Amino acid sequence: MAKSRAFDVRRQTGFVPLALLCFAVLYLPIILLVVYSFNAGQSIAIWEGFSWQWYVKAWQNEKVQDATILSLIIAASASVIATSAAVMAALATTRTRGFRGYTFVFALINQPLMIPEIVTAVALLIFFAMIKVATGYTGLMYLIIAHSAFCIPFAYMPIRARLQGMDLNLEQAGADLYGTPWRVFRRVTLPQLWPGVLAGSMLAFVISLDDVVITEFVKSAGQDTLPTYMLGQMRRVVTPEVNAISTALLAISVALVIAFYLLSKSGTQTNRE
Amino acid sequence: MAQASDTQATRRRWLLLSPALLILLFAASGPLLIVVIYSFLTPGDYGGVVWKFSTDAWFNVVVERDFFDDTLSFSDAHLSIFWRSVKLSLMTTLVAFIVGFPTAYFIATRPKDKRDIWMLLIMIPFWTNLLIRTFAVMEIIRNEGVVNSLLIGLGIIDQPIQMLFTEFAITLGMFYVYLPLMVLPIYAAMERFDFSLVEAAYDLYASRWRVLRRVIFPIVKPGVIAGSILVFVPSLGAYVTPRVLGGGKQLMLGNLIELQFGQGRNWPLGAALSITLLAIVMVALIVYVRAAGREEMSHG
Amino acid sequence: MGPFGLTPLKPFNRGTMIEISGLSKTFGSGANAFTALDDINVEIRQNEFFTLLGPSGCGKTTLLRSIAGFVDPTKGSLTIEGQDVLPLPPYARPVNTVFQNYALFPHMTVAQNIGFGLEMQDRPKAEIKQTVGEMLELVQMTAMADRMTSQISGGQQQRVALARALAPRPKVLLLDEPLSALDFKLRKEMQIELKRLQSETGITFVFVTHDQEEALTMSDRIAVMSAGRILQIGGPKDIYDHPAERFVADFIGDTNFLDATLQSVDGDVATVTLPSGKSVAARAVQGGSQSGAVTLAVRPEHATLTKESGLLDGVLQNIVYFGTDTHYHVTLDAGSAFVVREQNQPNAGELCEVGDTVGISFEAGVGQVLRD
Repeated sequence: MAKSRAFDVRRQTGFVPLALLCFAVLYLPIILLVVYSFNAGQSIAIWEGFSWQWYVKAWQNEKVQDATILSLIIAASASVIATSAAVMAALATTRTRGFRGYTFVFALINQPLMIPEIVTAVALLIFFAMIKVATGYTGLMYLIIAHSAFCIPFAYMPIRARLQGMDLNLEQAGADLYGTPWRVFRRVTLPQLWPGVLAGSMLAFVISLDDVVITEFVKSAGQDTLPTYMLGQMRRVVTPEVNAISTALLAISVALVIAFYLLSKSGTQTNRE
Repeated sequence: MAQASDTQATRRRWLLLSPALLILLFAASGPLLIVVIYSFLTPGDYGGVVWKFSTDAWFNVVVERDFFDDTLSFSDAHLSIFWRSVKLSLMTTLVAFIVGFPTAYFIATRPKDKRDIWMLLIMIPFWTNLLIRTFAVMEIIRNEGVVNSLLIGLGIIDQPIQMLFTEFAITLGMFYVYLPLMVLPIYAAMERFDFSLVEAAYDLYASRWRVLRRVIFPIVKPGVIAGSILVFVPSLGAYVTPRVLGGGKQLMLGNLIELQFGQGRNWPLGAALSITLLAIVMVALIVYVRAAGREEMSHG
Repeated sequence: MGPFGLTPLKPFNRGTMIEISGLSKTFGSGANAFTALDDINVEIRQNEFFTLLGPSGCGKTTLLRSIAGFVDPTKGSLTIEGQDVLPLPPYARPVNTVFQNYALFPHMTVAQNIGFGLEMQDRPKAEIKQTVGEMLELVQMTAMADRMTSQISGGQQQRVALARALAPRPKVLLLDEPLSALDFKLRKEMQIELKRLQSETGITFVFVTHDQEEALTMSDRIAVMSAGRILQIGGPKDIYDHPAERFVADFIGDTNFLDATLQSVDGDVATVTLPSGKSVAARAVQGGSQSGAVTLAVRPEHATLTKESGLLDGVLQNIVYFGTDTHYHVTLDAGSAFVVREQNQPNAGELCEVGDTVGISFEAGVGQVLRD
């Protein structure tokens, strides 16, 4: 009996169905969530026809509007602050032979990735409560600083990767051709670092936009972001309005993640800015 | 600049590092020390603390003082929450491995130019809002959700199965939100895997199962360990998923901690519980670093 | 007149361009200290093609980078046209570098790369444009001016790197193994191109290579380096014919080493006794010993093989045919090996056969006594 197919060394029984199941599991809930945001009825399980009504409702909901604006303000500020700090930190920590304190710096920068968010959230709740009592200030800065802190490692990673992949000779060539350190940074380093900076700031933006736990603990009264607003809503009867808000947030995140992917793909192929 | 002396270079480096370090010390690491201090204070009547030294909070992590006769006993409530946290985290890790390993393998065996796309498909859910993904799971398994509606519609069951607000729901939710963290490091290890080793093993009479167990698995093991830690650690500290899918009935450590700062009004206990959680996570990380280091040594 | 408005100088008119004395560089400290440069003394003249030759790790690149300003020497002095440049950062030194892998800015076009140095010097736009045009013409890249550097070939990148370094009209052009990334044929072309540019521009070239052939064909003078020290400085013929040390003789070309005894030294001429007991006149080495055991270096092509007894006698072990010439491997009566290289003649018959007893001769003054 002749074999119909060549022996495939890579095949493992059952792996392909399991993998496809994995993708199905990952996407099915999200797809259903998106689909039912367009449901004409109240239900999130019975399809009653297509409608934009939940989007309109969400759009007209003043609390949603306020939360959206707050989310965007915090994400934008935290992204700018975290990215600037990350660029400087990356410049100081890459392309150098280890220096005293390197382990400390590395651990500190990556700390938000290692420590459970709830612990940091509790710590900030206590710490900021002390400051709030001492100064009386209850504004947005607490949230912005807290978000900046946990966004730093996310901004740092792609920038650092980009810097490490960069040819040191290029900066030396710049210095050799009469460029002062600042001009070399501006004309040679930064243009090449740019995709990394952009990618890092987008990651930071997404991470800030999506945060629930730390925001929930740090926020003062009336400072709801979209995620904390939604968390509050989930205790009640859920209407597709939450689906609509979720879909909008999803769309922003997915767009940014795909942009990030394309940016990091462009890799060494830098174009003129 | 070559002319810059060592001290100048050092000053420049710390100057560049200072914004990031200041922010992190102020809003991430520094406050952890205050948590340690708070765990040794006396709770205030309406939240907050009274600045009086006390080790009660630490006792209360595992021990309960009877309200009437002051006798001490193991705190069943706390211990069961600890146990649930560890149990559900381990289950989550195990299920994530069972599904994640074949998925990583599947992606790593796709043509080179397609792998990135598959990985992007894994990463997109990961970078989208955790709350939204938890919410999506909730919608599916609630009594009037898709699964129950479907089963009733098909006539398999008459009454909806109560899935929401159970340990099953929490495990499913955590598996769902942390699965990409399992796939990512396993894939990274698998991508570098040299399949001529597999050919050599088949040549030497190994069966498919034995190739997987004796050749592929040992080589990608560091990735599996990394993935397990990456899933286990956030599961242990999970707050949003058990809150939404456990519905306040099935508490995990994260919820217990939050409770002390809310209705419980026992900030020192909350602080002590936080430090306990942190300690468990640190132990897990150290085990991982050790294991990874050993792997590197034996393969390097 | 060359494109720089400079007339290339005749060798005898050349003044000093770079003067290096007592230059040392130690990396690290304590037990990990590594001496990359050890008391370097060298004078490089105007419009000279000066080559630093040595194996990898010998310190030649460190020396080049010290001149460019990327390495801060531990001690010593370095002047360019009499000016002490050690306190100056790289961007204030009148030298430009052609980097080993070119280091072309990937986010700029060919023309933008070439104009970068002039732009950094804040030269007027019109002047930059004109100079870039001249440079493009000089390296025959005018048609590629607006290409991105990733869109041109390796040889073309090499030309752009050259043009970029020449555009600011540096006093010295430093070249760090610039031809090593090119294939054989391109390398030959670029060698000729570099010589042309050097003579047309009147600029001093300091060239780093580990390729002895490249060094011999292109240089006015060569400094042979090993383990952070300069062993010998001289013209190509000087270095090849009269290596002063065993390392130099061994690194450049093939050499036979003979244990000999020094009888007398009279100026340049040394009389040595060979292992066979016969005496011959050889070239003495500066600063060498006056008597006793020495090593004598004899190039294979400077010796001839005879059927009769010669200065040295031995048994022919092996004949290796190379097309242009043939190598005869002889085991001397004293036990050591000796290679003779004979130019092949189309109509000549077999000189000897393996196993024959043969004699080896070379003329007086051909052998070189080495400093030990």
